[in-house]
Amino acid sequence: MKLLESIFHRPEKAYVQPYLAGAILGVVLFLAFLLTGNGLGSSGATSRIDAALVDVVAPTHVDNTPYLLKMAGGDKNPLDDWIVPVFFGALLGGFTSGARNGRLKLTTTKGPNISNRTRWVMSFLGGMIFLYGARMARGCTSGQALSGGATLAAGSWVIMFSIFGGAYALAYFVRKLWI
Amino acid sequence: MTFPLEAFTTVSAANPWTYVVFAGIGFAFGYTLEMAGFGDSRKLAAQFYFKELTVLKVMFTAIAVAMTLLFGAVGLGLIDFSLVWVNPTYLGSGVVGGLIMGVGFIVGGFCPTTSLASASTGRIDGMLFMLGGFVGAFLFGETEGLFDHWYNESGYLGRLTLDQVFGLPVSVLVPIIVLVALFMFWGAEQLERAFGDKDLDREPGWRKFGAAGLFAAALGVLVLGSPSLEDRYQRLSFKRMEVVKQADGKPLSVPRVYSADDMLAKRLVFTSPAEAFKARYLQAIKPVYLDVRSEADYNLYHLVDSVNVPLKRLATIVPDLLSEPAANTVFITIGNDEAAAVEAWKMLVASRVQNVYVLEGGINHWIEVFGADDTSLKPLANARPDQLRYDFSAALGSRYKSCAPNPIDHEELDFQARIVLQLKRDKSGGGCG
Repeated sequence: MKLLESIFHRPEKAYVQPYLAGAILGVVLFLAFLLTGNGLGSSGATSRIDAALVDVVAPTHVDNTPYLLKMAGGDKNPLDDWIVPVFFGALLGGFTSGARNGRLKLTTTKGPNISNRTRWVMSFLGGMIFLYGARMARGCTSGQALSGGATLAAGSWVIMFSIFGGAYALAYFVRKLWI
Repeated sequence: MTFPLEAFTTVSAANPWTYVVFAGIGFAFGYTLEMAGFGDSRKLAAQFYFKELTVLKVMFTAIAVAMTLLFGAVGLGLIDFSLVWVNPTYLGSGVVGGLIMGVGFIVGGFCPTTSLASASTGRIDGMLFMLGGFVGAFLFGETEGLFDHWYNESGYLGRLTLDQVFGLPVSVLVPIIVLVALFMFWGAEQLERAFGDKDLDREPGWRKFGAAGLFAAALGVLVLGSPSLEDRYQRLSFKRMEVVKQADGKPLSVPRVYSADDMLAKRLVFTSPAEAFKARYLQAIKPVYLDVRSEADYNLYHLVDSVNVPLKRLATIVPDLLSEPAANTVFITIGNDEAAAVEAWKMLVASRVQNVYVLEGGINHWIEVFGADDTSLKPLANARPDQLRYDFSAALGSRYKSCAPNPIDHEELDFQARIVLQLKRDKSGGGCG
């Protein structure tokens, strides 16, 4: 219990200054390129985990769906990809930073004028929409904007501006959610 | 040693360390995002109401720092950029997918990886975003079939980088992008002051030194420039198995590593006309015959299905050769003799095009082997080197009989196999795929 106590009730520390956090993230991203030739990412793992589940429940469905076929067709293991360990590593890394800085807490982060329930529905919906778009664009803010941005991939810069464009265009209409 | 390390380009059960490396990278990634405050959706959403531009600051600092380090390392010859995954450009699905992501961002308050940092620290909204993500990704898989063609073709431009778009060398573009990023940070701070009531005097003073340091590093990239083709050529290495006789007479295969010049000197890259011809009928490889002679020579005589790319124009198709063809494509460069074809080989391998070979003896040797009994091809006595040694009655192109030898007539051919298929990295081996 002492241990749990010490993990969950640490004094909450302030977040790191954005430019410093960005510089550290940049070094991490560079090391990823240096060692593996790949950048960072995570949304690919979401669809690979999906594919693995479908492969267990309905293997014939995998063979009839071209998108799943590429990842899980035949004897392919959809989880056998670099992005899957990155995904689980990120979960663990987030947890560790939260634990070290006293930020492990079962709570909901939301704007001041909405209920928890609204926030939950919206975050579920938002996650659904985001990942749909991420698979369509072949990568999310990490796999495209961040990694592709650093390698100067033309398409990734277009995607980055599209993400910000979409969010800014809608922000005014959903301001009740946040301010 | 050239980075990225070949052993870590993808995970494999044969090398469990690959999982450790990727999990470690993921760990650092998640840790940094949480540390920056991205486990809190309010911090992310504030970006879109100009209250707090942490998202922009973190993201563009990361991009600017990683880009500067990456192209600095490329300039130093530490990293081979052609082995670095560059997301291929799909304008159609990219723009639409990006806009959809933007909607998800402002509605859900996270992006996929920040939701991991959020969920893992106990935020219920982060967990639900993750869960919704699984549903969204599943729905995409189910509906992709409806717009498969558009998804794969619309605005597809392959491996395209901004320096190609703007026609600027990378080493010039890097400091420009850093300057733009620094200008954006300045603007972001002004917005925070105006909309978020932030007191800029309380921002740390070191950020100005950081900005100066980053710009100085970017100027370093400019000074380094990009490694020339010649530098890259000198650093190439090729692996081949060599069979040696042991003392007891038994053959033994030994792995050898050769430089590009060794490969030429040992003639390991010269494929005989017989092998080049047989390659057409092999299931395992897909030969592409690159005829690098002048258009005039090509019109006189060329192999059937060969593609004419005169040596002068070869550089322009290199990006396509790097990104387009199937992984089992084998390129065979063809000249009149060997000189031009060897030049083409050097340029292609230095650009990291895989599986490039030279047609041994060029077209002249090909005709010796396959067209010896064709009376319409008259040998010329005094042809200069790397010129056609035959007189052609007409520019028939590939309509001479020997341009497409009959496989039945040439069932049995003796040759020493030189082509060793080196599978290049699978497209799905990179990116967020």
